[in-house]
Amino acid sequence: MSWIDIGHIDDVPLRGARLVKTRLGCIAIFRTAEAELFAASNACPHKGGPLSEGIVHGQSVTCPLHNWVFDLNTGEAQGADEGRITTYPVRLEDGRILLDARAITERSAA
Amino acid sequence: MKQKLVVIGAGMASGRVLEHLTETAPDAFDITLFNAEPRGNYNRIMLSPVLSGEKTYEDIVTHDGGWYAQRGIACRFGEHVVKIDREMKVVEGENGHVPYDKLLIATGSAPFIIPVPGKDLPGVITYRDLDDTNAMIDAAAKGGNAVVIGGGLLGLEAAAGLAERGMTVTVVHLMGHLMERQLDEAAGYLLRKDLELRGITVRTQASTKAILGEGRAEAVLLESGETLPADLVVMAVGIRPETRLATDAGLDVARGIEVNAQMQSSDPDVLAVGECVEFDGHLFGLVAPLYDQAKVAANTLLGQPDAFVVKELATKLKVTGCDLFSAGDFAEGEGREDIVFRDPARGVYKRLVIEDDRLIGAVMYGDTADGSWFFGLIKDGTDIDEMRDTLIFGPAYQGGDTADPLSAVAALPPEAEICGCNGVCKGTIVEAIAAGATDLAAVRASTKASASCGTCTGLVEQVLQVTLGDEFQMPAAQPICGCTDLTHEDVRRLIKAQELKSQAAVWQELGWKTPNGCHVCRPAINYYLLADWPLEYQDDPQSRFVNERKHANIQKDGTFSVVPRMWGGITNPAELRAIADAAEKYDVPTVKVTGGQRIDLLGVKGEDLPAIWADLNRAGLVSGHAYSKGLRTVKTCVGTDHCRFGTQDSTGLGIKLEKILWGSWTPHKLKLAVSGCPRNCAEATCKDIGVVCVDSGYQIGIGGAAGMDVKETELLCQVPTEDEAIEVVMAVTQAYREGGKYLDRLYKWLAKVGMDWVRANVVDDLENRRALAERFELSQSIYRKDPWAEHVRDKAPSYAPIADFTLEAAE
Ligand code: SRM
Ligand SMILES: Cc1cc2nc3c(=O)[nH]c(=O)nc-3n(C[C@H](O)[C@H](O)[C@H](O)COP(=O)(O)OP(=O)(O)OC[C@H]3O[C@@H](n4cnc5c(N)ncnc54)[C@H](O)[C@@H]3O)c2cc1C
Ligand code: SF4
Ligand code: FES
Repeated sequence: MSWIDIGHIDDVPLRGARLVKTRLGCIAIFRTAEAELFAASNACPHKGGPLSEGIVHGQSVTCPLHNWVFDLNTGEAQGADEGRITTYPVRLEDGRILLDARAITERSAA
Repeated sequence: MKQKLVVIGAGMASGRVLEHLTETAPDAFDITLFNAEPRGNYNRIMLSPVLSGEKTYEDIVTHDGGWYAQRGIACRFGEHVVKIDREMKVVEGENGHVPYDKLLIATGSAPFIIPVPGKDLPGVITYRDLDDTNAMIDAAAKGGNAVVIGGGLLGLEAAAGLAERGMTVTVVHLMGHLMERQLDEAAGYLLRKDLELRGITVRTQASTKAILGEGRAEAVLLESGETLPADLVVMAVGIRPETRLATDAGLDVARGIEVNAQMQSSDPDVLAVGECVEFDGHLFGLVAPLYDQAKVAANTLLGQPDAFVVKELATKLKVTGCDLFSAGDFAEGEGREDIVFRDPARGVYKRLVIEDDRLIGAVMYGDTADGSWFFGLIKDGTDIDEMRDTLIFGPAYQGGDTADPLSAVAALPPEAEICGCNGVCKGTIVEAIAAGATDLAAVRASTKASASCGTCTGLVEQVLQVTLGDEFQMPAAQPICGCTDLTHEDVRRLIKAQELKSQAAVWQELGWKTPNGCHVCRPAINYYLLADWPLEYQDDPQSRFVNERKHANIQKDGTFSVVPRMWGGITNPAELRAIADAAEKYDVPTVKVTGGQRIDLLGVKGEDLPAIWADLNRAGLVSGHAYSKGLRTVKTCVGTDHCRFGTQDSTGLGIKLEKILWGSWTPHKLKLAVSGCPRNCAEATCKDIGVVCVDSGYQIGIGGAAGMDVKETELLCQVPTEDEAIEVVMAVTQAYREGGKYLDRLYKWLAKVGMDWVRANVVDDLENRRALAERFELSQSIYRKDPWAEHVRDKAPSYAPIADFTLEAAE
């Protein structure tokens, strides 16, 4: 596994998200606590809503279009909704955000 | 033959090494001990009790002159080591050389000084040693203001000590909450509250720009432009390993002096321990691991095998009355589960973090009695699956949850006021119940309690339940969401009654079940807080739906619509040209005239928002808030300016109202209209607030809508002058803002409080009308501004992706 430095943690608002654009679509970087990050596909499996624009709470995000809620640990939709977003390994080191390089180069187009 | 050991630094780590060495092998070494401080080893962590006056320096000395003498240690206190010559194996002190066979570097760390102008002024001190502590004690003797920069462990101990000695203390902290490395937000909030109770002012998210003063520190200037008076400035923003000697001597140094598990540096004859070292990527700032290192270093010196391992750490704060505990990893890692317990009555917060059936982190505030038990579970990696359900209650779990809202009501005295609108106290309600009123309607009928604005309904029901016990069937009140059992009305009431001024305060004091709410409650709480505490509370964009966070309306494909304001529906060629230019420049696919008398640019890309706004701003156009739970449009008709039937200047009044109300946040959206005569071309009678001009003045109606429900406004009043009309509109808007449930349009709020109540408070009681209007104006002094301009100025980069890999050449 190799890590790519994509920015500083403070570039992502607390309980917010930022986008990483790749040729295979966008990845959302979520900051759920002062020093806690998750990375997942930005597209909601319901109707493609941009998850990075959703409200981040606990370790979940709510899609801004129709309020599906996803657990960022597993990517699974919560409650009655069924669907899953792909999650990617992300690390925090000395304030830098490191994303698994495969997320950018090899991921299956989803 | 005895070997020569030279030790640089007589601090807490080397002190332990010397204890081990002289105990196990008193005759193994000839020891020389240098210390830059003019004294031997004392318990540095007890400087805070010295500062606060609970202890004296004599109480905290660990090794006095006699101790060193008995062990034959040559002490060179008050003497800096200036150089290590590894080739010659000689240490150079300020007063001469000492040769060594083995060298131990234990120079600790140096306080980090933020590089701002004025940092070197007299009156600016750090917090590291006895001299610093004495300097603070001396300064405090003169009283005055102290500013402590840094809200971590050291800064807060300094702040508490200075406050104890009578100074007026402000803590300036860069992050969103205190001790953010050791505590989560909820615990940080409780800590802040306890410190504030001691009179310490806490400023979070505050960055220091400069220290001001002529010849000595007089004030601290913040980035926000504010100045805080300061006779004393304490910088406690962090520490940096003291590695200069090692670097100059050519030893391997990363952030600290690099050592192996035997505490040897890259030169095996040179060992290092304490805060100056780096081991396996770790730095150290607490004594527990240093003591482990000391034991290993002593063994290495004696040729005994031993190895240092990094263990979990727990933190406590030595400020009496601020009981906190934090251990392990509660902030990082994936696949974790939280258990949260809050007891608002006692100010207790506990959070456990579990991963793979093991406890990996714990944060506690208010009741830390079980801290060491949890710490044990973390260190031992105990499987907690069996006790998961009761884990949070600690080892002595006796069952039961103490946080019971009913007991609070039961404890209220009879004269406690339950219904503020009608001045009904608990005793009156209890009497009515005794006289046969056994449900809400009957209590309402006989006492008028909860018959007006209705926000006390829940309380009245609780009085019924407490009084009647099982005989009363509590109607299932709708909680806001799964994070709480409280209703919107309860929460609004408690925010005011308990003066809760932050989201963390609401979560803690009202016993939220989740760490930080969800998409349902967060926007509501954010609204309640900003409506009730416009000056104190800072709006939280992350608790807003994307439209209000980005000030544009999200479309089904993730693009946005942009609607500039057209005051009262009036525009001019320059504005129209700017809109046309922007539409062209940003490839806007649809340009539409809205039902609100203005123009909508639909399908704008999120990344283009700051740029298109900047263009529109340049033409004087500001956000139309077409996305907000706030003022939308004020529709107008042409009125006396052109129309042969117009009775008053409806266009002019509409524009005035829009300029007064714009930017305000309301429980749901708020739409207004002003028609120039009863023919009502602006459709004022189906707006939240509508004004119909007549010859004799202005008829103000409220509670209209034309969405999912179509409602005609009800006449609130008729006033003779435009000024009065404006004041009534402001007052009714404020009453709705203060009382409305989040996401209730004005007509729903009106149905709850009743037209009589509104008329009495907003129209007839002139003093109250004015007070409401003034409170509205106060809030508007903060919120009446263009969010687009602000985002263009401060936040534009955040609209772009953090990283873009689409542009890189394919491999
Ligand atoms: C653009 C516009 C339609 C148009 O092309 O004319 C519009 C568009 C939307 N309306 Fe509307 N409403 C628009 C005038 C109206 C009107 C007419 C008016 O204001 O005179 C009404 C009925 C009057 C009223 O509100 O009482 C209206 C009643 C609604 C409702 C129902 C509200 C209700 O309380 O029942 C919603 C849903 C909501 O707000 O929860 C809604 C929600 C929406 C949203 C914001 C839905 C959404 O969340 O995305 C639409 C955004 C479209 C977009 O992407 O920009 N829109 N909407 C109008 C913008 C007016 C403006 O300049 O700001
Ligand atoms: C106010 C305060 C409160 C604290 N509270 C706690 C707490 O509650 N719990 C906890 O675990 N930790 C606490 N700490 C941290 C703890 O004190 C340190 O981790 C510990 O003292 C570090 O030990 P050390 O031997 O590495 O360095 P130090 O104890 O700092 O000793 C280093 C010594 O080396 C000397 N020196 C440096 N350079 C030279 C040189 N060139 N020549 C000669 N001498 C030199 C210095 O003068 C100093 O005396 C606190 C620290 C402070 C300042
Ligand atoms: S009526 Fe309003 S909310 Fe419904 S589709 Fe039209 S614009 Fe959207
Ligand atoms: S697109 Fe995400 S919930 Fe519908």
